[in-house]
Amino acid sequence: MISQFFILSSKGDPLIYKDFRGDSGGRDVAELFYRKLTGLPGDESPVVMHHDGRHFIHIRHSSLYLVVTTSENVSPFSLLELLSRLATLLGDYCGSLGEGTISRNVALVYELLDEVLDYGYVQTTSTEMLRNFIQTEAVVSKPFSLFDLSSVGLFGAETQQSKVAPSSAASRPVLSSRSDQSQKNEVFLDVVERLSVLIASNGSLLKVDVQGEIRLKSFLPSGSEMRIGLTEEFCVGKSELRGYGPGIRVDEVSFHSSVNLDEFESHRILRLQPPQGEWDRGSGRLQVYLKLRCDLPSKSQALNVRLHLPLPRGVVSLSQELSSPEQKAELAEGALRWDLPRVQGGSQLSGLFQMDVPGSPGPPSHGLSTSAPPLGLGPASLSFELPRHTCSGLQVRFLRLAFRPCGNANPHKWVRHLSHSDAYVIRI
Amino acid sequence: MPYLGSEDVVKELKKALCNPHIQADRLRYRNVIQRVIRMPGVQEYIQQPILNGLRDKASYVRRVAVLGCAKMHNLHGDSEVDGALVNELYSLLRDQDPIVVVNCLRSLEEILKLEGGVVINKPIAHHLLNRMSKLDQWGQAEVLNFLLRYQPRSEEELFDILNLLDSFLKSSSPGVVMGATKLFLILAKKFPHVQTDVLVRVKGPLLAACSSESRELCFVALCHVRQILHSLPGHFSSHYKKFFCSYSEPHYIKLQKVEVLCELVNDENVQQVLEELRGYCTDVSADFAQAAIFAIGGIARTYTDQCVQILTELLGLRQEHITTVVVQTFRDLVWLCPQCTEAVCQALPGCEENIQDSEGKQALIWLLGVHGERIPNAPYVLEDFVENVKSETFPAVKMELLTALLRLFLSRPAECQDMLGRLLYYCIEEEKDMAVRDRGLFYYRLLLVGIDEVKRILCSPKSDPTLGLLEDPAERPVNSWASDFNTLVPVYGKAHWATISKCQGAERCGPELPKTSSFAVSGPLIPEDNKEREQELPDSGALMLVPNRQLTADYFEKTWLSLKVAHQQVLPWRGEFHPDTLQMALQVVNIQTIAMSRAGTRPWKAYLSAQDDTGCLFLTELLLEPENSEMQISVKQNEARTETLNSFISVLETVIGTIEEIKS
Repeated sequence: MISQFFILSSKGDPLIYKDFRGDSGGRDVAELFYRKLTGLPGDESPVVMHHDGRHFIHIRHSSLYLVVTTSENVSPFSLLELLSRLATLLGDYCGSLGEGTISRNVALVYELLDEVLDYGYVQTTSTEMLRNFIQTEAVVSKPFSLFDLSSVGLFGAETQQSKVAPSSAASRPVLSSRSDQSQKNEVFLDVVERLSVLIASNGSLLKVDVQGEIRLKSFLPSGSEMRIGLTEEFCVGKSELRGYGPGIRVDEVSFHSSVNLDEFESHRILRLQPPQGEWDRGSGRLQVYLKLRCDLPSKSQALNVRLHLPLPRGVVSLSQELSSPEQKAELAEGALRWDLPRVQGGSQLSGLFQMDVPGSPGPPSHGLSTSAPPLGLGPASLSFELPRHTCSGLQVRFLRLAFRPCGNANPHKWVRHLSHSDAYVIRI
Repeated sequence: MPYLGSEDVVKELKKALCNPHIQADRLRYRNVIQRVIRMPGVQEYIQQPILNGLRDKASYVRRVAVLGCAKMHNLHGDSEVDGALVNELYSLLRDQDPIVVVNCLRSLEEILKLEGGVVINKPIAHHLLNRMSKLDQWGQAEVLNFLLRYQPRSEEELFDILNLLDSFLKSSSPGVVMGATKLFLILAKKFPHVQTDVLVRVKGPLLAACSSESRELCFVALCHVRQILHSLPGHFSSHYKKFFCSYSEPHYIKLQKVEVLCELVNDENVQQVLEELRGYCTDVSADFAQAAIFAIGGIARTYTDQCVQILTELLGLRQEHITTVVVQTFRDLVWLCPQCTEAVCQALPGCEENIQDSEGKQALIWLLGVHGERIPNAPYVLEDFVENVKSETFPAVKMELLTALLRLFLSRPAECQDMLGRLLYYCIEEEKDMAVRDRGLFYYRLLLVGIDEVKRILCSPKSDPTLGLLEDPAERPVNSWASDFNTLVPVYGKAHWATISKCQGAERCGPELPKTSSFAVSGPLIPEDNKEREQELPDSGALMLVPNRQLTADYFEKTWLSLKVAHQQVLPWRGEFHPDTLQMALQVVNIQTIAMSRAGTRPWKAYLSAQDDTGCLFLTELLLEPENSEMQISVKQNEARTETLNSFISVLETVIGTIEEIKS
């Protein structure tokens, strides 16, 4: 049972406030929450906080705080799930979730909240059911611009690669606008993998963990069946063996309830009747032992590579020698940041940095190959994106729609593979 | 102050409610019913629209109307329950629409709050179980929670239910998986192997949540992992790498992960875990580094040699924030594991240069004092401290220095005599802090009595390995926390939760306090959120007292007056009496105190209530007359069953007997 729900901007300004029970506090609760959050000692977790008989539970999503309060001892899993679902839902309806879109669509947000929650109880969160009741249309501020990359979510233009996508799926509300009948039928399928890798100072792999999910965003009329073919060598668990060669071994898979698994066992085909909107199609944990050198297959490339290297305290100056002009390196907050907009597979890049460490004449750190690191030279973390590449090798073979579009031309189908680094850390 | 709406709004709302066909437009209906929560002025207008709504053809309208019943009830304020409405809601549990069904449960729960909420009997439970697959994830999670209060009648039925629930353990929604897990744990409380089985199956979803993209979910999952580890220490040992911290994680997740690593360590992974933890010790964040060092100290209780070696190496870094924590860890360690004293003593020399803070200094001085005879340069280190005592800012350090120096003086008198004299002189003549001065005077006078007396007083044991056993909580049975699973308790931590529910209790009780008379049945409620503090009654045979919702004093009085005394007995009682102790002890066995007189009142009375798992209610009066040194117990029961009555009385006797023993 939820007493209140509110959305705060990253600076603590309340954007949305809704009291479901009429029995508690007032709007100043939102302010109280923000004060408590910012005043929290470092070792305490902000996820669940208690004040005056009221529990605050929140998530941070696209730099917004989505907060609920409750006075009962509820299931934290369900509540957090609800909050993430609300975030997705608001993203679906408003185009994307952000301070700007929320404040432009306040009426729509309140309308949604009225439908989703009644008296603090969840009624429904399915985009499908909600679309029957939502009247207000989303205000989309401006047409999608290729150069505006700040407000995009997962779909569409997160990477430069997707600049080729002619659609504005990222910031387009799922609910097809009634005025615009020429809407295209489009389906976006993303295979997203998150890598967390830990490499010891001697180069051995300490931990490799890949967590992936297949996400589908559909603008099709609901109820249409579609089939997604996955790589045939996809095996679940340790015992199953399928196909030749190394295959793809997944520890565990879970599917959304709308997925029809009849054909999965035999042909690795998922059949589903997707509700509209964004849903996690299934997520799997994957443990693959792979040795990743700097070189990817030469046809793929890594984008937005950023190396973050904490430096000993007091480092002031930096001299650099980089191999290409589009790279950039700078000192920020006691760390070295080296940005590489793109790294072609099979290539090798080098940078020579020289820093002055006051006190002891520190050895110039050359790339990552220092022998005896001075204290405070932290582990280097690398963040990057690998479009058109999945570390597990999981591919979507085909995506077929089993319905006849009425009148309109064939629906457009976009399939994208993407890996990005969750935590890629090299110990020094 | 809630917004009550302007007069116009209320008028408009009344007008809308008077429209006999209001539910024809479902959105309008919803808007109207949703708004009534803040407008007490419209009470008499809502009843009809809501009753009409309950029988409407559109499921959407029924959903709104069902929750409207709860709103209407809460709006009235008094606890009068409309029986016909409740019956109607119970029959709506068979509605076609799954959301109506779930809303009915929610609504009944609120309306019947004072009677212990909605009753889940066998037909309802089975009906709900069969409808489960039609519900969405939120409905499923909620129904699983309601089913917790259902007690299957036979083992066969129990396993049928468990089979039905099996598929929900595989749900893609963590809320449903955890809800199903909890239900499994609670239902199978007498079958430990089933419980272990379920915990094995929930391992996958929990680990997935632990590495989830959502930090918040990850944190909550980690808290639950720790909870499970308390009962099954080896449960996640093979997955230890999942709990390695990654660089970008927020502080609170890293701390949780370090705790988890500490708890799952075993012979096979200890090497890797310690290596990982050592990496954290040089983290840029001093707080996190220190947490990692303390964690190594915790593991050192089992794997002493390896850990002491790592800690000793850390001293070589000569970093202040590291050295101080290492020395503190050493102090705790030699107290618990005397076998490492030699290694620690060898590592200590040189530390004093890198310690600036009070805690670290105290730890170092304590170690030098207690184990000074094994550290060659101990007197000289302490001498440095004595030299600088004037500029020392922490009184606690000075006190520690006094004790340590006196101890060292006993084992190495020649080297210490002079500086002990100087220190005592300083403490008595120049020190401004009274506690330090008194300590100095105390030792001075003690020395005057004679060296043998000093030895007798100061040379206590230098270690106490048994303390470790006391500190390490033994493996707790799954049943001790099953009811806390998938609630906020593991997220806050047991200790923090206890303070929260206590202050919540105090708040609720607060406004009623002034009414306290010497004793009265209608006296203050002793509120206690007993739902959260559920504790199984150990081996009381067939009787199983459940932590029921607090009865109101009125309800208690009514029931008490309507029943006959089923059992009366007199127990001997001598001397002092502490009502609080008794109340706490009764709480442990799930007997609630309804009202009691203040301590010292004569005669002293208390009224208690308890309920067993079949719903049988025990009402008890305690009457203490100090003059006669006896306590009279009268028990009333709402169902006449001698067997449970006898068990109940034996429980009560045990508690009172225990209190009596503690006291005497």
